[in-house]
Amino acid sequence: MKVTQRYRVTHETVYHYGGNVAHSHQLLHLTPREFDRQQRRAHVIKLDPAPSRRHDALDAFGNVETRLEYDAPHDRLAVRSEMQVEVSAPDHAGVGSLEWRAVQNLLRFSGDPPNAAVLEAMRYRMESSYIKPKHVFADYAADCFDAHPDLLGAAAALMTKIHREFKYAPGTTHIRTSALEAFQARRGVCQDFAHIMIACLRSLGLAARYVSGYLRTTPPPGVDSSWVGADASHAWVSVFCPPLGWVDFDPTNDIQVGTGHIVVAWGRDFGDVSPLRGIIIGGGRHRLSVRVSVRAE
Amino acid sequence: MPDVGLESYRSDARRYDELLDSDGHVRSHWRALIHALTADDAAAVRHGVETSRRLIVENGVTYNVYADPQGRDRPWILDPLPVLLTGEEWREIEAGVAQRARLFDALLGDLYGAQRLLADGTVPAELPFGHPNFLWPCHGMKPHADRWLHVYAVDISRSVDGTWWALADRTQAPSGPGYALENRQIVSRVFPDLLNDAGVRSLAGFFLALREHLLLATPEGEVPLAVVLTPGAFNETYFEHAYLARQLGLPLVHGHDLSVRGDTLFLKTLAGLRRVHAILRRLDDDFCDPLELRGDSALGVPGLLGVARAGRVMLANALGSGVLESAAWMGFMPQIAERLLGEKLRLPSVATWWCGEPAALDHVLEHLPDLVIKPAFPNQRFEAIFGRDLTPDAQLELRKRLERRPHAYVAQERLAFSQAPVWRNGPSQPNGFAPRAMGIRVYAVATPTGYVVMPGGLARTSSDAADVVSMQRGGGSKDVWVLERGRRVAEEPPAAAGAAHGIARHDDLPSRLAENLYWLGRYSERCENKARLVRATLDVRANAAFWPTARKTCEHFTPMTLFEDPKGLGLKADLARLGWCASQARSQLSAENWRAIGVMQRDFQEAARAKRDVRETLDALLLSLAALAGYALDDMTQDNGWRMLIMGRRLERLQFFAELLSRRLQSGATPTQNELEWLLDIGDSTITYRTRYLSLPRLTESIDLLVFDQSNPRALAFQWHGIERTAVRLAASLGGVPDDALNASVTKVRSLQLAGLDGASPRAERARQNLAAQLEELRQSAARLSDRLSLKHFSLMDASVRVITA
Repeated sequence: MKVTQRYRVTHETVYHYGGNVAHSHQLLHLTPREFDRQQRRAHVIKLDPAPSRRHDALDAFGNVETRLEYDAPHDRLAVRSEMQVEVSAPDHAGVGSLEWRAVQNLLRFSGDPPNAAVLEAMRYRMESSYIKPKHVFADYAADCFDAHPDLLGAAAALMTKIHREFKYAPGTTHIRTSALEAFQARRGVCQDFAHIMIACLRSLGLAARYVSGYLRTTPPPGVDSSWVGADASHAWVSVFCPPLGWVDFDPTNDIQVGTGHIVVAWGRDFGDVSPLRGIIIGGGRHRLSVRVSVRAE
Repeated sequence: MPDVGLESYRSDARRYDELLDSDGHVRSHWRALIHALTADDAAAVRHGVETSRRLIVENGVTYNVYADPQGRDRPWILDPLPVLLTGEEWREIEAGVAQRARLFDALLGDLYGAQRLLADGTVPAELPFGHPNFLWPCHGMKPHADRWLHVYAVDISRSVDGTWWALADRTQAPSGPGYALENRQIVSRVFPDLLNDAGVRSLAGFFLALREHLLLATPEGEVPLAVVLTPGAFNETYFEHAYLARQLGLPLVHGHDLSVRGDTLFLKTLAGLRRVHAILRRLDDDFCDPLELRGDSALGVPGLLGVARAGRVMLANALGSGVLESAAWMGFMPQIAERLLGEKLRLPSVATWWCGEPAALDHVLEHLPDLVIKPAFPNQRFEAIFGRDLTPDAQLELRKRLERRPHAYVAQERLAFSQAPVWRNGPSQPNGFAPRAMGIRVYAVATPTGYVVMPGGLARTSSDAADVVSMQRGGGSKDVWVLERGRRVAEEPPAAAGAAHGIARHDDLPSRLAENLYWLGRYSERCENKARLVRATLDVRANAAFWPTARKTCEHFTPMTLFEDPKGLGLKADLARLGWCASQARSQLSAENWRAIGVMQRDFQEAARAKRDVRETLDALLLSLAALAGYALDDMTQDNGWRMLIMGRRLERLQFFAELLSRRLQSGATPTQNELEWLLDIGDSTITYRTRYLSLPRLTESIDLLVFDQSNPRALAFQWHGIERTAVRLAASLGGVPDDALNASVTKVRSLQLAGLDGASPRAERARQNLAAQLEELRQSAARLSDRLSLKHFSLMDASVRVITA
């Protein structure tokens, strides 16, 4: 039987600028993408003030991308993304993944035409701006891979190792911290955990992508709301595990993804899918507040 | 023929010799040149060398890291002896280069489109996907007119058998065509007759084609506007950006001169926003749009990618074209040519192995000593290594590197470059010809009928006999002559520029340039005012009665300590600001003007370091500033940029003198003889006063001279007339009405009675107070006018641009 879960998610971001912003361009990745495990029942982005122009399109990785332009002065911007999605659990029953050495070979150029899945995976096998493959990453992951010939097992072991050895410490890294910086600091937030795990996999010649989305949070007893004020969006890792396809791992929580994760977008790293990115002209200092609520239905 | 003068030139059996054939004779197409150069004696050549060096300095040709007035420019190195190629040889190169351009254009189309070559295994996906200039946001894009590659360059050299090989392709923003043109213009002044007689093909057509191509992007009914986009004055080839822009007659702009509104790209000009149809870019593609391309930078033009996606701007070259700049592609070019064009590659690449292929890696590991190992991607921290130079340990280390990440490395055969003669002279060696390894960068530009190749190019020579040819490593450059008897011969020196002037429009002046010119004017004048004030004040130091007042007044405007200025309120700081504005407006200044500013800065810094005599320093500084004023009047095209500069000068002088006079007159007592002399000295009007009035200074006459005399260039009246005239002309050029912020207070000052200012009577005192009040009002209106000008013409310049991510 197919296990599914429905959610209602609200993701609200408010910028308070110190002065008037004369002109700005914004790029949003806030629309949950649809794929075999996830359906989008409803979605809307509410903007205050209304933009001068708005344009929605698919980006190169198949995510919905929203571009906004503001050409009238404003000192505040509120972006509220509301969605209803249905997530189903991955179905790997009875099937294992290939050995990771076989996957390495599959992803290596041979001169023969690669199949479409492999070509797609190649996008996520190389260096990207936050993630530069290095020997240190491969060395770090070596024991997990020595112990588990199958990729699924090795990736799970790597996830557990990262979860165990890195400290979850909000505020110690920032939005531009690279995989290597976080790796050396041995701490970070979900973005950094995901980057580190991807860096290890790519350093071994494997393909892994960065997934941004939301995590189901169980409201504390007696509280009638599930707002988690400090919580913004979540991030985890998807690993190319033929013949299963892409399998998701959450190194921040040391869990393989089931129906508790809602996907918004994926890319090579955070840079491809940052939820809100803006270039503003003027405005002075700004304050930012983010609220995410995830309600299971 | 006897090879006179060639005693010092030796062939090298390992190399192709451009000059000598295998029997050691001068090749026939070189004979005329060699004959001409050796006929008289070496003096002619020496003279040529000296002329070319002088021209390089005079024209301000530099190749530098910092193009600042501090003088860190490195002069461009040009050997006046050209490299000669026959028309026949050239046609083969031409066809090969044009084909490569066509091929790379098609390859970009595939990589950013269907990616058929990746799907069928012709090209490894690692090559594009691992390259930092493969820009995913450009995937699926249809560039303007379906063209990715507009300007292409390739470095070629030939092997010992005379075959030409491609060594490196430049597909992003090829540097150097401007240097090639500048080299030709200098060499054509050194050897005008030779150039004519030999039948050398002209370069002008290439630049005209480039300009036309850029302007082709203009839709019916719109005024064409194409710009050259530079990363700025700190770029190592900034001279070339400015030079190219001038030659093509296009504005040279920075990222923040441009703005995207909706689907349209605009240039912020003095006249407002003007639509831009094409960009010749010298900014790396990942820096072009901070919104979509590079997370850590606010450089570039936010939203540019959106405009490109909408097909509403031509980008030469298209964003993402830098992906082809990697040696890794070279080994795959023959198959790609077959696949995309169904043609054989005419200009082959030097033998190349991409180590990501297991068979290639085996070959490379086996032949390491014969190969050059290079990084596959430009962002790797790995310098090219010659296998033969490695110790056994280093070789082992390299093997390990290659085996761990084979896809990141490329191996190439070492090519023994051909050699050509350069003119050698110096104290330690005899004058004469010497052989140097040589390569040529050849350029192609897209036209509606296919790619056109520049007949010539930029030849670069090694600094010694080594095979490294690069300007960064201190090698030299040469002009390349393609000989074609019976075809167009002499160079028309300012060919492209002449054609350009007809279309260049004054209102294309970027606001940033206008603003910098305005402030260049103000700071030039401010420095002069302060220098005069300090000098005149120091001169009255011995006058015990007047000195305290003079000093107090002076210090209201500027600290009297010249070399110490911790608060940045004095001359030293203003000179630095002047230099900054000049560097920003450099493209509008002549080479002499720019150099004069640099020399002035250096002299002042030198004086400060040596703690030189203050009076002497001020005299020298005022002389330099007078020269700048001369350049302002005599050396600039009187367009709107110049008008902003003059406006800045006039307003600054008006404000300064109005304030100086009104401060003095407010203070009550009638000014003493000494004081009037001091004021006249600051106003540079002492001699005028003496010749006109033949008397000791009196207040009424002094005020007449310093305020009302329109013929005195220091008088306030001269300034307000100048301002009014300039405002009228600006308005006529840009539309709108002239700003009248000054008019009311000018009228009031003019209506004042001059008589009765002298004396101690209460009436005279009231008259002085009244004049002081009117002058103060005039000063305030001038300040208001300055603000209004800024708001009207410069407000498009953005104070701060920031990236915010959540």
